[in-house]
Amino acid sequence: MTTPQATVRRKVQRTFTVNGDVEEVSFLPHKTLLEVLREDMHLTGTKHGCELGECGTCTVLMNGEPVLSCLVLGLACEGADIETVEGMAGPDGPHPLQKTFASIGAAQCGYCTPGFLLTAKALVEWNSNPDRETLKEELSGVLCRCTGYLQIFQAVEEACVEIRGEGETK
Amino acid sequence: MMRLPAFAYHAPNSAREVVEILAGEGPSASIVAGGTDLFPNMKRRHQTPKTLVSLQDVDELRGVSWQSDGSLRIGPGEILRALERDADIGNRLPALVAAVRSISTPVLRNMGTIGGNLCLDTRCNYYNQNYEWRRAINFCLKCDGDTCWVAPGSKVCWAVNSSDTAPVMMALGAKLRLISPRGTREVDAQDFFQNDGIDYLAKKPDELLTDIEIPDQGKSRSVYLKLRRRDAFDFPVLGVAARIELDGEVVKNADIVINAVSPAPTRANASEKALIGKKMSDDVLAEAALLAYKPSKPLDNTDFEYAWRKKMVKVYVRRALEHIRSSFLI
Ligand SMILES: Cc1cc2nc3c(=O)[nH]c(=O)nc-3n(C[C@H](O)[C@H](O)[C@H](O)COP(=O)(O)OP(=O)(O)OC[C@H]3O[C@@H](n4cnc5c(N)ncnc54)[C@H](O)[C@@H]3O)c2cc1C
Ligand code: FES
Ligand code: FES
Repeated sequence: MTTPQATVRRKVQRTFTVNGDVEEVSFLPHKTLLEVLREDMHLTGTKHGCELGECGTCTVLMNGEPVLSCLVLGLACEGADIETVEGMAGPDGPHPLQKTFASIGAAQCGYCTPGFLLTAKALVEWNSNPDRETLKEELSGVLCRCTGYLQIFQAVEEACVEIRGEGETK
Repeated sequence: MMRLPAFAYHAPNSAREVVEILAGEGPSASIVAGGTDLFPNMKRRHQTPKTLVSLQDVDELRGVSWQSDGSLRIGPGEILRALERDADIGNRLPALVAAVRSISTPVLRNMGTIGGNLCLDTRCNYYNQNYEWRRAINFCLKCDGDTCWVAPGSKVCWAVNSSDTAPVMMALGAKLRLISPRGTREVDAQDFFQNDGIDYLAKKPDELLTDIEIPDQGKSRSVYLKLRRRDAFDFPVLGVAARIELDGEVVKNADIVINAVSPAPTRANASEKALIGKKMSDDVLAEAALLAYKPSKPLDNTDFEYAWRKKMVKVYVRRALEHIRSSFLI
């Protein structure tokens, strides 16, 4: 026997901003933002892991703050400003965090990377010089099974150097 | 994908409308604040409310304000992150901020509210599992079944209260305001929790929590200590909140509340009594810790071995009291 499933078939339509574009999206009303992004908007950069709030890989920014998209209703996003990993690179190329994650090897399987990138982006926007303890605490909601975290912390610290405008990163 | 069951959705703008919708829909409706407890539970089919009433647009349920009598009013819809970032609350109510900061992770605290934390569902190893897992053991007393797998034969459910702020609210003497079609009532945090894993709150399904009021703490000192497997984030397997007020060197008032060992946070009455009128000597603290340990009955339904968790009650109560004693010296 499988989990009793939802029976609602009629979609609803909501408008919200995703990575700078205002989008009108149709989706089933019981869907989470994670499901809407991946299944209805085909933005599969946002990953699904536990789907219960434990792993953080589904983290996106909602009005600039990190949230777990597996625990946000699509319905609750009306009028919101959502940023996913697809929106991180700018016209001048990848975000400094994306560059250092790649150059330092802060990803192995890479499944946790979108969650880390967005959580770190929100952090460096209010504190571009976090000490290691602050970094550990702020990133503690995202789990990584591969790297052991050191390279992730280094990559954020290295990106902060560029973000503060103190020099070029490799 | 682990999907939510279907529901009708309302996102009203006022507390009054929330209450009206709840009254109209009956007990099959549920309030949702941050959803960080309710949505995982709905995905596992612990709860399948027909209607959700979201508090996200109800501004009057947010905000913190200090009153002229030194008390603090907290809107239950305030997110945990906002409370931990408030320097005044950190200075004046350090035990509350310690409890808030120990809840889950920064990203979850960015969504979860203080009201949702106080109304947290009780937890148990046989309950916090997905639908298929629970079906394989023919469900349990708390949800869909008729046997308590922690204490087969038990007529009551032993799922534990794992809220980090609940014991602190009790120790600090907080009052909670609830509104419903029957009007407004105020309950002491002490009377808000019930020692029944299924019927764990004195709040009725049609009642909305609108205000949390923490009285002026005067010259008392308080602390919250939490035991868990992973320090980065985990539910408590033991939480101890304590508050002491001195008269000279002698204890005038004592509050000690233990959580995550039973369906409701529990006041250690005997320990409190043993402290009053005494100096906080090592012997007095050890006696108070022993008196908290004796009646506590953790069962085999959370992380860690339950006999060890019982021993830790003694250790953590002593540590909490030692912490308060040294804070009086500063
Ligand atoms: C991975 C993970 C780890 C966690 N770790 C911890 C932890 O360490 N410690 C801890 O204490 N909690 C923990 N939690 C639980 C939860 O995240 C927090 O307790 C949070 O504060 C719940 O708030 P919420 O607003 O998300 O509640 P919701 O899920 O929205 O609601 C929870 C319950 O409260 C009711 N409710 C909410 N607001 C009101 C109101 N104003 N009036 C009446 N009823 C209301 C809802 O109807 C529901 O029954 C964890 C959760 C997850 C997913
Ligand atoms: S998928 Fe959202 S926290 Fe794991
Ligand atoms: S790189 Fe594999 S989970 Fe982090």
